[in-house]
Amino acid sequence: MTHSTGIDPNLPQVQASAKPRPKTLQERIDEFPWWVGGIFVIAIGAFYLVTTQTSFGEALNFIRIGIGITITTTLYAYSIALVIGLVAGLGRISRNVVVRNLSTLYVELVRGIPILVLIFYIALVAVPDSLGVFKTLGAWLTSNGLGFIGQPLAAINNDSISLNVRAIIALSVTYGAFLAEIFRAGIQSIGKGQMEAARSLGMSYGQAMRYVILPQAIRNVLPALGNDFVAMVKDSSLVSVLAVRDITQVARLYAGRTFRFREAYTILAILYLGMTLILSLVVRVLERRLHGNSRK
Amino acid sequence: MAIAASKNIIEIRNLHKYFGDVQALRGVNLTVERGKVVVIVGPSGSGKSTLLRCINHLEVETEGEVWVDGKRLSEKNKDINSIRAEIGMVFQLFNLFPHLSVLDNIVLAQRVVRGRKKDEAVQIAHEQLKRVGISEKADNFPGQLSGGQQQRVAIARALAMNPKIMLFDEPTSALDPEMIKEVLDVMLALAKDGMTMVCVTHEMGFARAAADEVIFMDHGLIVEKGSPDAVFNHPQEERTKLFLSQILSH
Repeated sequence: MTHSTGIDPNLPQVQASAKPRPKTLQERIDEFPWWVGGIFVIAIGAFYLVTTQTSFGEALNFIRIGIGITITTTLYAYSIALVIGLVAGLGRISRNVVVRNLSTLYVELVRGIPILVLIFYIALVAVPDSLGVFKTLGAWLTSNGLGFIGQPLAAINNDSISLNVRAIIALSVTYGAFLAEIFRAGIQSIGKGQMEAARSLGMSYGQAMRYVILPQAIRNVLPALGNDFVAMVKDSSLVSVLAVRDITQVARLYAGRTFRFREAYTILAILYLGMTLILSLVVRVLERRLHGNSRK
Repeated sequence: MAIAASKNIIEIRNLHKYFGDVQALRGVNLTVERGKVVVIVGPSGSGKSTLLRCINHLEVETEGEVWVDGKRLSEKNKDINSIRAEIGMVFQLFNLFPHLSVLDNIVLAQRVVRGRKKDEAVQIAHEQLKRVGISEKADNFPGQLSGGQQQRVAIARALAMNPKIMLFDEPTSALDPEMIKEVLDVMLALAKDGMTMVCVTHEMGFARAAADEVIFMDHGLIVEKGSPDAVFNHPQEERTKLFLSQILSH
């Protein structure tokens, strides 16, 4: 509502009708977003490089085949992380001692281990080990007459879970812990009067969460969720250590094959920059629209 | 102990409540008959809000028993949600749901708790909004209303559940003076309609006009109770006299 008139809501009403004072040159210099100019220069430079220098053009042509993997890995992993994060975030504030402590343990474990190490560990240790558990469980189910579940479960072997899938699992588990903290903070930012009002009307805890607390909490944390999505786009580069052919891995392959390190990593950096800048812009627009719709 | 048919809709026996080491209630006994209006007064920290919040189990008693409409409230009671649905509560700070329109504020619990169809819930919501005199605000959001209007929506939200009891926790304390009357008028009309009401309030005018019984609390105990005339004009206890002299001195 406020930005439709363009008037700062904090200004006293008297000034709203008066003509705004024209800005001085100094103010214009101070307030101008010069950094956008810097981005613009980089974009022009990049465009110049790939169109005039054959080596940069070739590098781009090669590396861009990884964009699809980078985007799909991020999208899948983030979607799963949202679910894990919401469940763990609710668990963190649960009154159930077991649930609360398990959730806290998960969050603290993940936050205390570097993402790179987690990716190695989950993909190369945790996933193969859980396959062993599946096998045993499948065999047990089959021997107990539940072959229709047991046999497919036991049939899952190390090759049936690709490294791409493992990379997604690893990123989801990692970001699930970060998002859990965002959800928890969002829920706790809602005054306890809201829960009391909902409960006093006869709603259960779950109903109050679903219809009253979460809609408000999620709205409050949308900017933070957006920021973590952008962060995940960048962190998805870590899955290249699993030989997943995202843009980082493809750029490494290209550099290794051609020894054109400058070309490969310049293009790689620019591709990430392009993706994150566009996403940041989208997050900002969403944020602003959210404020515009604010009915408070 | 079937007291469902009894005339007492609320029975509180020897109620104690601790918050950590602080004892908020020290053995309160209280019965409220169906259709009666009880007003609780007392200095801040006297335990009156805690007592009110024990009646719908927003606070869980440390010791003692709370019976509402023949059912005992207890932590193990899985029926607490259905008992609460019969007890409307109005808060000092309104506690409307800011992300929902006025209409949806009133419709939500009817649908998810009472299981009413949308059309029915909307119709009831409109009726209750009319009852509290703000039909025209149905599509507004709480943030666009004045404090008095918000509190009336909160009352309509509670009434839409067809409660047997209404609890009011200092419903006018957060309001600007010019808005107090509109809320008290709604409460008075409600009392005249025969609603069972328990109100924590300092509005003496309302207490005189509507209360069947006035209870004076201090330090977690009921010090004195009686008709408004008896408690306000002929207090027996020194603490009641002191309290009344303090709030009536200006």
